[in-house]
Amino acid sequence: MQPFTTVSGPGVVLARDNIDTDQLIPARFMKRTRAEGYGDQLLYDLRFDEDGDPVEGFPLNQMSERPVLMLAGRNFGCGSSREAAVYALVDHGIRVVVADSFADIFRGNAGKNGLLTIALGAAERGRLAKFLEPRPGENAPAEVFVDLDAQEISAEGLGTIAFDIDKGLKRRLLLGLDDLSETLEDEPTIAAFEERYFAAAPWVVPRGA
Amino acid sequence: MSQSILDKIWSAHEILSRDGSSLVFVDRHLLHEGSHHAFAKIGEAGRKVRHPELTFGVADHYAPSSELRANAASATMIERLSVNTARHGIESFGLGDARRGIVHVAMPEQGLSLPGTIIVCGDSHTATHGAFGAFAFGIGASEVAHVLATQALWQKKPPLMKITVTGGLPFGTTAKDLALHIIATIGTGGATGHAVEYAGEAIAALSMEGRMTLCNMTIEMGARSGIVPPDETTFAWLKGRPMAPKGAAFEAAVESWKALRSDDGAAYAREVVIDAGEVAPMVTWGTSPEQVAPVTGEVPSVDPDALDYMGLSAGEALSTINIDRGFIGSCTNGRYSDLLAAARVLKGRRLAVPLLVSPGSSDVARQAEETGIAEIFREAGAEWGESGCSLCVGMNGDQVRPGERCASTSNRNFRGRQGPGARTHLMSPAMVAAAAVSGHIVDVRAIDLADLPEPVSAPDVHLEA
Ligand code: SF4
Repeated sequence: MQPFTTVSGPGVVLARDNIDTDQLIPARFMKRTRAEGYGDQLLYDLRFDEDGDPVEGFPLNQMSERPVLMLAGRNFGCGSSREAAVYALVDHGIRVVVADSFADIFRGNAGKNGLLTIALGAAERGRLAKFLEPRPGENAPAEVFVDLDAQEISAEGLGTIAFDIDKGLKRRLLLGLDDLSETLEDEPTIAAFEERYFAAAPWVVPRGA
Repeated sequence: MSQSILDKIWSAHEILSRDGSSLVFVDRHLLHEGSHHAFAKIGEAGRKVRHPELTFGVADHYAPSSELRANAASATMIERLSVNTARHGIESFGLGDARRGIVHVAMPEQGLSLPGTIIVCGDSHTATHGAFGAFAFGIGASEVAHVLATQALWQKKPPLMKITVTGGLPFGTTAKDLALHIIATIGTGGATGHAVEYAGEAIAALSMEGRMTLCNMTIEMGARSGIVPPDETTFAWLKGRPMAPKGAAFEAAVESWKALRSDDGAAYAREVVIDAGEVAPMVTWGTSPEQVAPVTGEVPSVDPDALDYMGLSAGEALSTINIDRGFIGSCTNGRYSDLLAAARVLKGRRLAVPLLVSPGSSDVARQAEETGIAEIFREAGAEWGESGCSLCVGMNGDQVRPGERCASTSNRNFRGRQGPGARTHLMSPAMVAAAAVSGHIVDVRAIDLADLPEPVSAPDVHLEA
């Protein structure tokens, strides 16, 4: 996993609630392998019309540069557990999603792929949205700086917004650690547990009891 | 100290804890075609599956409901599952296996979903298995790889929310209407991050199938899981299932399962009380399950975006909305009792719009053939398809066309869920049948129902491969 320390770049505002994983990556696209990548299919049915042409006015289509941060509303990532929703965001270049709230499974998947999810209150999201709004006359999109160690989003003209994050997740993100290799070091503890467990409840093994 | 059912399951499964998270043991790991990412991950690292005998696969998401709509890309996905499971010595129900069906229908039928266990699957509707008093939840591909390799998972114990449903469900309403009513009350974020324990006489009165429907929809409240403490209904349903414990082992298991109830004084993070008597047949009008109202209601004047997508205007009566097609199936409402409820409406009537029925499993299909229900569907003009996820999700050849309006027994009315531009109205099986014979959404309580025999009970099923 790619470690997450700091990230800077443009942000995009998707002012909607309940952006579900079917929207993030429509089910019909999920036959790809990981190596083939999912970035071009991110939010496909919102970004493109029936003929495959970009939908005018859709925020992602208005960006002159790919954003690193996405700002959305309530219940982001609800629905199907498909991790491909996270792959699509990450492959598109997004490293941070800021929302009012996230669906559980999505948030777990994000943490395992180096995607930082930040829950913020309405006032702070409002400030960030205002800052990220395209400004008439200015071509380059507004850029933000996200520092995981300091737990801060900042930019000139925005000031600083602090955020919370789970301690264990922060450590793994900073180091780019994969849970699985860590857990395998606990194998003896797992084996000892299993011995006790199967002795107490042998009926747990189908056809075993 | 008083313990909740979740505390009891948790402490029995906790291997170790660190940084505020616990490594918990997984009793059942269920796989479907979507698990190819996880197999690729463990494959790259040359890792083995730790407990193939606790892992089961089934082809469902990409299974074609009709030969006519089968395609090569889906066949590849199904093939990948059989290759991956065979390589690791995992039993998997492929096309043609009499035990095959939607993972959340077929695995319980086999007796694999047991009280007090932890059940995971790379699918959010794994919450379904909580109907048996299990802690069951959906996980992502990285976690699937983790469970394959370690039979364990890092989790934080979720806060527990208690939803007590008092009274009884009125005539014409079902567990599906109850679930939608609860979502209407608390919202799609109403239980975010929580496990939900169901209690109250309306829950005790539900059949196992109804409990599965309710726990299935619990994910649409934002919850990780729904749990119904096991009781006599649960034990009777499990007895005699092919992979449930047998004989003395079953009796011993039942004894330990009886302790799976929350103690008096157990603490809850939140408590909600719902009066079942207030539940009416429900219909969604928008693009989120919380955008739902009783069939007697009208389209409200909120969320213009959603109304635009759905092609509806505020103030329209729900019961005047014309539909283009209907779908009966899915892990929410593809079980025998669901088909039976729809058949009571369809008997002696003709469809006004096309209706696709995809039984939740091959065994549900077999039962329906044996009891004559399948024939009622065909006589009404419905398409009787093969079992699978079918039109619940537009990924297996079944799709609703852009702009078409579908009355559906599935669980998600998200934009594009049933196909790009598809407009989905979620409702119960009987409501879909009623809409399909009327050509528009209609209150099923106004329709005369045929008298058909009750569902066959557990010991009558025969499910060997
Ligand atoms: S029927 Fe629908 S919700 Fe259920 S597992 Fe299949 S795709 Fe998921």
